Amino acid sequence: MIRLFLFLTALVALLATLTPAQAQPLRLQITEGVIEPMPFAMPAFVPENSAGSQYSEALARVVAANLTNTGLFREVPREAHIARVSSFDASISFSDWRAINVQALITGAVEVSGNRLTVKFRLFDVLSGQQMGQGMQFSGSTDNWRRMAHKVSDAVYSRITGEGGYFDSRVVFISESGPRGNRTKRVAIMDQDGENVQMLTDGRALVIAPRVAPGGTRAVYTTYETGSPRIALMNLSSGQRQLVGDIPGAMTFSPRFSPDGQSLVFSAARGGNTDLYRLNLSSGQMQQLTASPSIATSPSFSPDGRFITFESDRSGTSQIYVMPATGGEARRISFGQGRYSTPVWSPRGDLIAFTKSHAGRFHIGVMRTDGSEERLLTASFLDEGPTWAPNGRVIMFTRETAGGDPALFSVDISGRNLRRMPTPGPASDPAWGPLLP
Amino acid sequence: MTLTSKTLLVLAALALAACNNPRTGGPFGGGGTDGFGGGFNDGGIQAGMLGDPNDPNSVAHFQQRIGDRVFFTTDSSSLTEEGRRTLEGQARWLSANPQFAIVIEGHADERGTREYNVSLGERRANAAMQYLISQGISADRMRTVSYGKERPVEACPEQRCWDVNRRAVTVVSGGRTS
Repeated sequence: MIRLFLFLTALVALLATLTPAQAQPLRLQITEGVIEPMPFAMPAFVPENSAGSQYSEALARVVAANLTNTGLFREVPREAHIARVSSFDASISFSDWRAINVQALITGAVEVSGNRLTVKFRLFDVLSGQQMGQGMQFSGSTDNWRRMAHKVSDAVYSRITGEGGYFDSRVVFISESGPRGNRTKRVAIMDQDGENVQMLTDGRALVIAPRVAPGGTRAVYTTYETGSPRIALMNLSSGQRQLVGDIPGAMTFSPRFSPDGQSLVFSAARGGNTDLYRLNLSSGQMQQLTASPSIATSPSFSPDGRFITFESDRSGTSQIYVMPATGGEARRISFGQGRYSTPVWSPRGDLIAFTKSHAGRFHIGVMRTDGSEERLLTASFLDEGPTWAPNGRVIMFTRETAGGDPALFSVDISGRNLRRMPTPGPASDPAWGPLLP
Repeated sequence: MTLTSKTLLVLAALALAACNNPRTGGPFGGGGTDGFGGGFNDGGIQAGMLGDPNDPNSVAHFQQRIGDRVFFTTDSSSLTEEGRRTLEGQARWLSANPQFAIVIEGHADERGTREYNVSLGERRANAAMQYLISQGISADRMRTVSYGKERPVEACPEQRCWDVNRRAVTVVSGGRTS
């Protein structure tokens, strides 16, 4: 029952990515506002020993916030609860939950021994009175307690929507401070929900546009530490970094990893011309991919590694192109009004997200990889630089209001649930990393 | 050794030290961060004499009377008539002051995406450099760098600010490139 309801919800919200075969039996007329978020209850995790009690409420808060923030779920507040969950293994009094219109019930337990935290959860479909899937257990260091709450959230989200999760993931971004004309920018990393922010560079060199490697252990970004744009490759756990992809006499920037993490595609600008290059990170071998007397930048691989989408102004204005990952003929896929920029291939392979500017406004949008079915998800003074959640359902981007500071926003691919991400200060250029193992 | 000869030796050593550093001396001496490698990361503080703007060979004259920057229209790297006149003045000054090298910084306004603007800034800096080359200035005295939209001179979200942010700025420094 839960599954069916949420499947409908997901179908409505995410219609663009469903194949016609999947959509067939449930053809819905889509109108704004049909989505009623699914009511769920998340009682405090039952502490299985006294050391566990300090986490019982905190874990429940993180799980509830994750689900609520998707816009697909609505928490039935604790004050409304009739039943008390005092034991993880006690039977559930479904009628008490039905009486307050809960559809999904999550129960959890937590135990701490030393610095090891063990978390268990179960998910129940209240209307049918059934458990959904088996109970699951996660354990790890107490330092990682939030990650375990994210793991629970991912499992719940996946079981109900049938989609992959994205809560146990991190986002690399640029943290900004200081006056606009001489901004200090640092590469920073945070959890997907804005927690655990850490600075990765010291701010002495101007840095822009970081991207995370497929495994999530490395990042690349553009740095001005030599006085000219260069590409830095950083190990996210050690903080060690090195400059890569030097092309004498050229400014190099806009790097992005291939899906296997073995190579980078990036831009090199010299003589008024910007072309794309590919660098094999282990051999150091470099290959020029484009040779057009125009700008080619913001490249992004398809998840199967066979194609690269990028923007070029070879037609006179910036438009989006797709070419083989080894170079060769590029096919233009954007034909709407305005300028198209920063194409990013969805991790599911089905869509390309982009920035569009037209008539003085900026938009984040998505289109199919052949350029069809363009949909604009946002509109503002300046929206740019989309990045995909690991499940391809949510997009994060930079938004700047007129005269205001930039901030990170997220929106789902139906254009719903626009949210401002909490960051300690002005922030830009988000790069969403993979789901953590 | 007499006190006088000691003093003379010290003075000679100081003079030699000055000669050994090609970036000292001249109206903009002092070396330090000149964009040729120091960048933002060396923490060095740049010191130099701007000189009197009425002295046609001074850096102050270059900046204030000739003009150290040219402007562009939206999404364009074509030099305007005014821009060409400014660059011709810069070329005359550079010909008369061959001890200086320059960095041409290309910039974009904020009405574009970040990476495209790096490319656009490079294109603008290159347009200015090519024009200086056409005016007889040697390419090995020049270097370009693009800051994209990262270093606006005016921060307002209005056309008048964007107009002055779309620019190529010629920064004069002592010494030669490389």
